[in-house]
Amino acid sequence: MSLWRDIRGTILPFWVTLRYLFRRPVTVCYPERKQTPAPRYRGRLVLTRDPDGEERCVACHLCSAACPVDCISMQAAEREDGRRHAAWFRINFSRCIFCGLCTEACPTLALQMTSEYELASRELLQVIYEKDELLIDGCGKNDGYNFYRLAGIGVAAPRGSNPGETPPVDFRSNLP
Amino acid sequence: MNDVLLTFILIVIKLGLVLGTVLSLAAYMVLAERKILGRMQMRHGPNRVGPFGLLQPLADLIKLLCKEDLIPERADRWVFMLAPAISTVTALLAFAVIPFAAPLHLFGRTIPMVVCDLNVGLLYLFALSSLAVYGVALGGWASQSKYALLGGLRAMAQMISYELAMGLAIVPVVMASKSFSLTAIVAAQQPWPNAIRHPLAFLIFVIAIMAESKRTPFDMPEAENELVAGFHTEYSGMRFGMFFVGEYLNLIVLGAMLTVLFLGGWHGPLLPSVCWFLIKVLGVAFFFIWVRGTMPRLRYDQLMAFGWKILVPLGLLNILVTAAWLLWRG
Amino acid sequence: MATLLFYILATITLLSTVLCLTRKNPVHAVLYLVHALFALALLYFLLGAPLLAAWQIILYAGAIMVLFLFVIMLIEPPVAESRTSGRVIHWLIPAILSGSLLACGGALIAMDPAATNAIASYWMTPRDFGRALFVHYGLAVEVISMILLFAAVGAFHLGRRYRPTTKEDVS
Repeated sequence: MSLWRDIRGTILPFWVTLRYLFRRPVTVCYPERKQTPAPRYRGRLVLTRDPDGEERCVACHLCSAACPVDCISMQAAEREDGRRHAAWFRINFSRCIFCGLCTEACPTLALQMTSEYELASRELLQVIYEKDELLIDGCGKNDGYNFYRLAGIGVAAPRGSNPGETPPVDFRSNLP
Repeated sequence: MNDVLLTFILIVIKLGLVLGTVLSLAAYMVLAERKILGRMQMRHGPNRVGPFGLLQPLADLIKLLCKEDLIPERADRWVFMLAPAISTVTALLAFAVIPFAAPLHLFGRTIPMVVCDLNVGLLYLFALSSLAVYGVALGGWASQSKYALLGGLRAMAQMISYELAMGLAIVPVVMASKSFSLTAIVAAQQPWPNAIRHPLAFLIFVIAIMAESKRTPFDMPEAENELVAGFHTEYSGMRFGMFFVGEYLNLIVLGAMLTVLFLGGWHGPLLPSVCWFLIKVLGVAFFFIWVRGTMPRLRYDQLMAFGWKILVPLGLLNILVTAAWLLWRG
Repeated sequence: MATLLFYILATITLLSTVLCLTRKNPVHAVLYLVHALFALALLYFLLGAPLLAAWQIILYAGAIMVLFLFVIMLIEPPVAESRTSGRVIHWLIPAILSGSLLACGGALIAMDPAATNAIASYWMTPRDFGRALFVHYGLAVEVISMILLFAAVGAFHLGRRYRPTTKEDVS
């Protein structure tokens, strides 16, 4: 019966809203109660160090190439032992959209996202993070990863002495 | 002369009381609406300014006063500036004839608890509510914007079609109480309120005032997802604030009208009469907010068709039946 | 006093009507016409017909003029205001007109024509009004309403959408 259905459909929603009036709100009152973000929450970016305590970043520019809003910039430099690093590294968080493409692009797992989300500031220059603000002491999410120990370049240790690595073949010994 | 002076002073006192109460009530109606709507949608509503957000109306007022009063360049300046005032003033003036309590006996005098007891009070209310549409229509026309123009047009069409149904719903009440004076109408509802004696008229009247107040099932004039903000798209600052306050004043006026005409005015057991009146008005206001939290917006042709094809014939039929009943009873 | 008020109100009515006729902007013309209707309502009140005054405002100012405004807004896009709109003359005349109208209304309520009017015998209560309309002139009212009904039916017929085919043609 269509009329009966219409009347029911008009009256019943009132009962629903009245019931919801006495429900507890689901809103979390933010500054007083802070929610713990999920482990893979995409918040502020950090630069991590490898287990040896050295910078992971090799200044390959892949992150800034992947960044859709071009908020990452850096300048590459090289130490005398052949280790590449960023002379300066800058992320403009007023442009960052927290898409996480840079962390996916990073070959050395140096750039990682944290769950920190309170980045707002009245001062625009304060949301431009320099390298010393981005660099943290820990390893971040991938504890054991050390790029130079897997890359086959003799920077962290002489070539062939890393675990799971065979020493380099001296091609002269193979000569007939 | 002394008597005239005393009457004058009494009127001024009542005027001040009514104005103060009504304006603060309107301000807190905004807060109440936001709070109740919030709770219905499982939110908190405003709770930052003062305890439980109780100072929110004050903060809103300060914000509106401090904002820039913008007038669009090609707008019709004077009409644009006057339109919000019309919608506020017509709502405020309506309180002059609403009896809010039983007559007070003080020092051997009977003081009617109404600012001005007109013998055509009902018509006065009706005239004001029919003039209120000018504020909306002229505001929409003067701002030189298509959204505002559409909002104004819709408001006018809606008001015209629902004013008629509203008038027809009032006629049985007037016939039964044999007076246009609101005090007499309230007095005539002593044993049973009109809502029980004229249920159909009550229903029509409730629907019509909902359309009159431009609120949710009928909020086409300011449908925010079609017309930005409807007739007040171009308004800012205190002029917008006046439209806003006018809308909530109108809510209270219509609540008071419903109370006086159908819910038995100040009559009620135990509590003093002012309390009963306030409880009833606030109850009606809560019902309005409840409807806003529940109902979706009707489509435009649905609204017009409902007004002209269902409500007006029903109202006419109701008048006929009531008249026949009154004649038969003698 | 009543005579003076009558002449003032009549002048206001005439002035607003003349202004209404001379306006180029149709919405302004409607506003002046509404103003004239207000003055007319006050005249009715002065002459002892409060019910008529109330109907004047409800029906003419509140409904018919709204329909006028509706049609104007529907068919005519808003006219761009000239740059000289800031001139004093633009608000002075309406301000004087409506100010004097307000003053007249205040004076009228203060002097209470029901009690002090010299022509108190013409004071028409709603009951008398209804009786005169539906008993004394009952036939005339019925005839006029029939004529209006014909007009309404005619308007409905003219405004009906023309349908080229009927059901028989389709089958």
